[in-house]
Amino acid sequence: MLYSDKVIEHFTTPKNVGELENANGIGEVGNAKCGDIMKMYLRIEKGIIVDVKFKTFGCGAAIATSSIATDMIKGKSIDDALKLTNKAVVEALEGLPPVKIHCSVLAEQAVKSAIADYYTRLGIDPTPFVGIIKEMNH
Amino acid sequence: MDRYIYADNAATTKVSEEVFNAMVPFLKEEYGNPSSIYKLGRQSAQSILDARVKVAEAINAFPDEIYFTSGGSEADNWAIKTVAKEQKTKNKNHIITCNIEHHAVLHTLNQLEKDGFDVTYLAVDKNGLVNPQDVADAITEKTMLVTIMTANNEIGTIQPIEEIANICKANKVYFHTDAVQAIGSIDIDVKAQNIDLLSISGHKIHAPKGVGVLFCRRGVKLTNLLDGGGQENGKRAGTENTASIVGLGVAIQTAVATRKKRVEFLTPIRDAIIKELLTIPYTRLNGDPVKRLANNINISIVGIEGESLLLTLDALGIAASSGSACTSGSLDPSHVLLALGLKHEVAHGSLRLSIGDDITPADVEQIITSVKTASEKLRSFSPLWERIIKENIVF
Repeated sequence: MLYSDKVIEHFTTPKNVGELENANGIGEVGNAKCGDIMKMYLRIEKGIIVDVKFKTFGCGAAIATSSIATDMIKGKSIDDALKLTNKAVVEALEGLPPVKIHCSVLAEQAVKSAIADYYTRLGIDPTPFVGIIKEMNH
Repeated sequence: MDRYIYADNAATTKVSEEVFNAMVPFLKEEYGNPSSIYKLGRQSAQSILDARVKVAEAINAFPDEIYFTSGGSEADNWAIKTVAKEQKTKNKNHIITCNIEHHAVLHTLNQLEKDGFDVTYLAVDKNGLVNPQDVADAITEKTMLVTIMTANNEIGTIQPIEEIANICKANKVYFHTDAVQAIGSIDIDVKAQNIDLLSISGHKIHAPKGVGVLFCRRGVKLTNLLDGGGQENGKRAGTENTASIVGLGVAIQTAVATRKKRVEFLTPIRDAIIKELLTIPYTRLNGDPVKRLANNINISIVGIEGESLLLTLDALGIAASSGSACTSGSLDPSHVLLALGLKHEVAHGSLRLSIGDDITPADVEQIITSVKTASEKLRSFSPLWERIIKENIVF
């Protein structure tokens, strides 16, 4: 498996690891049977993601995509965070092996899932903003 | 970081100094084609014959029963396909194997199924053992071949091949065994053990990659693998890989000569590492605790994923292997671990360490400390681990 230096860097020293006690949006995607679960914690204030953390069970790429995705949405508005694509995650990591592309999709879905949870907690139907979160049963 | 510890000897081994030195002349001055009539060619031919004798002696075969191949996979393919082709003419179409064989065997059999052959995949028990009685029960008048590996590459389980081979002999069914992991760890005597066909790989015993052996007993009709020149008794054409064949000859001689000492040295070290690693909560040993290759350690560390464990260990200076989906090149974890009855979640967290003969007490300590450190790190941010602890999930 040929990982880029960037993937190894984010795997070895992942950013934003852990839980957020005051999170107001939590999303989880993936499942244990397939070998990856991503859980994302967001603290959103006035439409801005002021803090973000993650916990991931999965391969090197799953951990690296979680790390870089959280970095990419930190301090951004909800709108900008929703624009995060798996392609952008792959590019930021200087590429992923083809069999690992699904990890970047998982990261994108984890962000969306956490934002959906934020809306739901506010009593707002998230679907118009977030769309349908795919059950990542790859 | 301390020195880098290579604990993946079941994947491949380093070419030994002794093997390397034996090979060098054949890459330099002794470059003659073994089929040539002049001295340079004759010397190469003689060296190949010497290697053939060494291999034959190592497994108690005749030199004319030894066929050099490109490796273990080729030997497995050749063994199975040759019996299938020949026995089909005798109205036999049934082959028996088990569900933890190497893919070189399983995929060859899958291919034969597409060509109309019937294959029985025997289930192994929770330790990976084949029950010889199951083999006996599965044999029908259509059965031509039983192929069961001597020892498993992932979990190290050693099969009762002698009992199985005796059942085969009594029923006039051919017996093939993939002994790729077993050479140098288990005593092989093809005559005493009634083995008809056997596969060997060079690079698992400190010879180079790209060379192996098929043993095919006299009296078993071996079909041609490659048509062309008359090499390998006309069965496998192509100018011989002289240097590698010479290397394999030296390697197998040493592997067999040092086998007893090696097993006696490695077994207590293996058991000490297993004992220590099992002190990590939520771990299990995969494979049989006793009927096990002396250098094989395979544990599952629940709550983490194998590939990230390997990357973390790599950063800590240890090369190891896993049966997780991410490292098996498919979406499912290792077929061997699933065959033991492991849940996917548990199989994903598997770790195989195959230690080398040069292991030191400091290496043992570093391996144990590193696996513990890596497990703690990965579990600290694993949502699966969090759930297991919170809900007290038992696997």
